[in-house]
Amino acid sequence: MSSKETIGKTVTVAFLLCIVCSIVVASSVVLLKPIQQKNKALNLKANILAAAGLLNEGASASEIEQAFSSIQPKLVDLETGEYVEPEVVGRKEAIAYDQRKASKDPKLSSPIPSDDDIASIKRRVRYAKVYLVENGGELDTIILPVSGYGLWSTLHGFLALEEDANTVVGLGFYEHAETPGLGGEVDNPRWKAIWPGKKVYDMQEGWEPKIEVVKGAVDKSRDDAKYRVDGLSGATLTSRGITNLMQYWMGEHGFQQYLKRIREGA
Amino acid sequence: MSEVTAKKVLFEPIFSNNPIALQILGICSALAVTTSMQLSVVMGIAVCAVCGLSNLSVSMIRNQIPSNIRIIVQMTIIASLVIVVDQILRAYAYEISKQLSVFVGLIITNCIVMGRAEAFAMQNGPTMSFVDGVGNGLGYAVILVAVAFFRELLGAGKLFGIEILPTINDGGWYVPNGLLLLPPSAFFIIGFLIWALRGWKKEQVEPADYKMSSHKVKEAF
Repeated sequence: MSSKETIGKTVTVAFLLCIVCSIVVASSVVLLKPIQQKNKALNLKANILAAAGLLNEGASASEIEQAFSSIQPKLVDLETGEYVEPEVVGRKEAIAYDQRKASKDPKLSSPIPSDDDIASIKRRVRYAKVYLVENGGELDTIILPVSGYGLWSTLHGFLALEEDANTVVGLGFYEHAETPGLGGEVDNPRWKAIWPGKKVYDMQEGWEPKIEVVKGAVDKSRDDAKYRVDGLSGATLTSRGITNLMQYWMGEHGFQQYLKRIREGA
Repeated sequence: MSEVTAKKVLFEPIFSNNPIALQILGICSALAVTTSMQLSVVMGIAVCAVCGLSNLSVSMIRNQIPSNIRIIVQMTIIASLVIVVDQILRAYAYEISKQLSVFVGLIITNCIVMGRAEAFAMQNGPTMSFVDGVGNGLGYAVILVAVAFFRELLGAGKLFGIEILPTINDGGWYVPNGLLLLPPSAFFIIGFLIWALRGWKKEQVEPADYKMSSHKVKEAF
């Protein structure tokens, strides 16, 4: 046997290999991090704009940044529905608050009792980050983060409502892992185009969210057609998941208090 | 095997000794990422890069690797390269890396990469090993792209995201076949591809393991 089979050699090779590999891995992560974070932030901004219908197709990075600069992030206490200062969550600016991270932080979130957890998101945050679009000093569009479980994955997206806190401007998901071609059709522009104009609540009846995704196409002659959205064919569970997440986030544990306040203030 | 030439090493894995079609390796990711051409091409490139570079690195230090830890050494090199590739994709092809999600990371467990490191790079020089790695990556990519061609065209009516057959959902006439977007369909297509390949290159047909006896038992009724 040659000298390479000794224990000393084995340890040396293993040690050197680990050093070299860790340097390679660490440097690739560190060097590429700024670009990755920029991509991620840009992607999020593009999705917020898209939900509010403010994004032109094929917009460049600078156009997205410019359009986004007119949008105002704010923090909302979901229990009271009031705006809070970013200091409450230990941040200087509202934009720096990461709601998804906060939903895992025991200090900023609490577990949802399974009876209430219709969207299967397990933990609820105390403070949510909403985005407001103002037009000449008047509130124009409210963009709310929503999430919920579909078939394979939790869908994360944004729902935009008009200033009446009831009419949908748009819904879009920036992250999901549903089956491409079936549940993945939540990204289909034709399906997303159904959402604008739909109503979340029936104002005569009160604050029970009425919006839902139905199986098949919506019968337009029905009185409640404005609360109903066509289901995705071949994606019953994803469609149901979207109904659930709308019901949850528009319901009493979601943005209901906040939307009530917007309505009263308006 | 006869003498080793660069050309042979590069092109043999594509049809004559294809890692998926002949050696039946790397099926898992072939089922997962072949829903669209774009993903398959990127995945193919990623595997080419990882396989080529891992073969190169393993081959360079092959005379230093003690045989009792050689598998661990190969795994460490492959895993590091995969992380680097994943990071690069996340930085420069964000949209695609989002869709590929965990499957880039799972190149680590792709038997092709490890198989080539163990079977080829441990015995051959760095240049040849690199070429062999790229060749096997290409063989993998060719099958991926072929499978994705059928799956994307018939399942979504598109190729590279460009509409070829206008689907009903988009106001056209084509009713897409949803099955083709689900993983089992890749099994069928890979099966058909292997059948076609073995029909063309008869030497790949394996001798039967057993002989079917003729039907002798009389029916009860």
